[in-house]
Amino acid sequence: MPEAAISVRDLRKSYGSVEAVRGISFDVARGEIFGLLGPNGAGKTTTVEILEGYRKRSGGDVSVLGSDPAARDRGLRKRVGIVLQSSGFYPRATVRESVEHMAAVYPAPRDPSETIALVGLEEKRDTRAGKLSGGQRRRLDLALALVGDPELIFLDEPTTGFDPAARRTAWGVVRKLKELGKTVLLTTHYLDEAQSLSDRVAIVKDGLLIAQGPPSELSADRARYRISYRRNGQLAQHETDDPTELLHRLTGEALERGERLEDLSVSRPTLEDVYLDLTSEEPS
Amino acid sequence: MSTGALLWRQFRFERRMFWRNPSAAFFNFALPLIFLFLIASVFGSKTKDLNTLVPGIAGLAVMTTTFTALAFNITFLREQGILKRVRGTPMPPVAYFGGLLANAVANAVVQVALVVVIGHVVYGLTWRHLDVLELAVFTLAGVVAFGSLGIAMSHAIPNFDAAPAYVNAVFLPMIFISGTFYSTSSLPGVLDAAARALPLKHVIDGLRAAIVTGSGIGHHVGALLALVAWSIGGVTLAVRFFRWE
Repeated sequence: MPEAAISVRDLRKSYGSVEAVRGISFDVARGEIFGLLGPNGAGKTTTVEILEGYRKRSGGDVSVLGSDPAARDRGLRKRVGIVLQSSGFYPRATVRESVEHMAAVYPAPRDPSETIALVGLEEKRDTRAGKLSGGQRRRLDLALALVGDPELIFLDEPTTGFDPAARRTAWGVVRKLKELGKTVLLTTHYLDEAQSLSDRVAIVKDGLLIAQGPPSELSADRARYRISYRRNGQLAQHETDDPTELLHRLTGEALERGERLEDLSVSRPTLEDVYLDLTSEEPS
Repeated sequence: MSTGALLWRQFRFERRMFWRNPSAAFFNFALPLIFLFLIASVFGSKTKDLNTLVPGIAGLAVMTTTFTALAFNITFLREQGILKRVRGTPMPPVAYFGGLLANAVANAVVQVALVVVIGHVVYGLTWRHLDVLELAVFTLAGVVAFGSLGIAMSHAIPNFDAAPAYVNAVFLPMIFISGTFYSTSSLPGVLDAAARALPLKHVIDGLRAAIVTGSGIGHHVGALLALVAWSIGGVTLAVRFFRWE
């Protein structure tokens, strides 16, 4: 098996007496899109910033493309692209100038014009960064992270503030990165985004990893099918692991009574249901 | 690209951005010259006063282009998250900050040269005593001391909105006691002692020797040593307390 792009073992991070990360382990394979989910303050950003080399860990082992990011090795940073949750630009530099200036820092950059086109900012290429909208600034963030043609890309909430169309464009970019064989570590608040993009997701809560796996399996493993319909104006709901038998029984009974099952639906829990279930404060 | 090439590239980028920023261009270039013209007009243009004012404005220019500009710049770059972004790239910090510093040094050099030329051409100071080597030495010493102190200052400034208050709390008292606009030979003892302890007076004394009196570096070793001491302190503080975010 080839070496993982990212390997995290029993990662810990304390700020004074507060333990923000309390022993997290996971691997991200090369070429994989890995989604890291969790409520605010769960330890996601701390974990990602340790992997990016911004913070030092308190305990455990971390390897990114075979190096320890805490060593701040310049060679590693040539192979990694980072989209932070928020970071600024020179407000008076145009999109093109910003991207070209960043390209020069890398040994084998992508073509700046092509990178601008990739994120959909061609029409704004001569606009100053300070005049861009929130979504356009986020796309410039992405362009600056991609122009070095990195093997591994960290995306920390990359589509926050996007309108639906811009989100679809961004998703297209992330899928294209996967086609190019890149590895992506994605954190996001949008569970549909994680479900749609990630090969695997991990859910972090209170500094611990509480679930991980492919989004579909994560859903299947926890919850069941939900069948709902309306009878005499009342909503009836059933949960089951085997919808075939239950449906057969319900429809049979309805036929016997000569009734219709109004608003009948069979649904599977989305990643969002699983997530809310796992991260809710009340014991379920 | 080598570190040197990246530094040069960053320097050129900073130059371009500098000229696109009207308020930076105003504070760095226009303000010292406006002070020179106004004060020279208000207080008449007696040679004795101009002999104080011209080197005083040159010293002021060294301080605004390095101390003030870098304290503002670094605070802005930190608050905007630009420093954090740079830290996540392979850009060597030496190249990045070297480019930033070179930009400030370029402003200081151009500004001092402008003041010297205007002093001689417009206000008729004699060229006879101009000591170019001494001018370069004291400009450089002032740039290093004030540049490092500006970066150190930025570590103490909590956010960009607070920057003018912090910077002016240092800048304004210093220019008034250091003989920038008028001779401070009759300054009260306490203020005189404060001025001698601070760097600006030593920069101005050195520049006055270089531009007006022609007394060589040998006569101003004390001023130079004071600036070296401030530089050591400034660099230590700038590096020791550096914050990327």
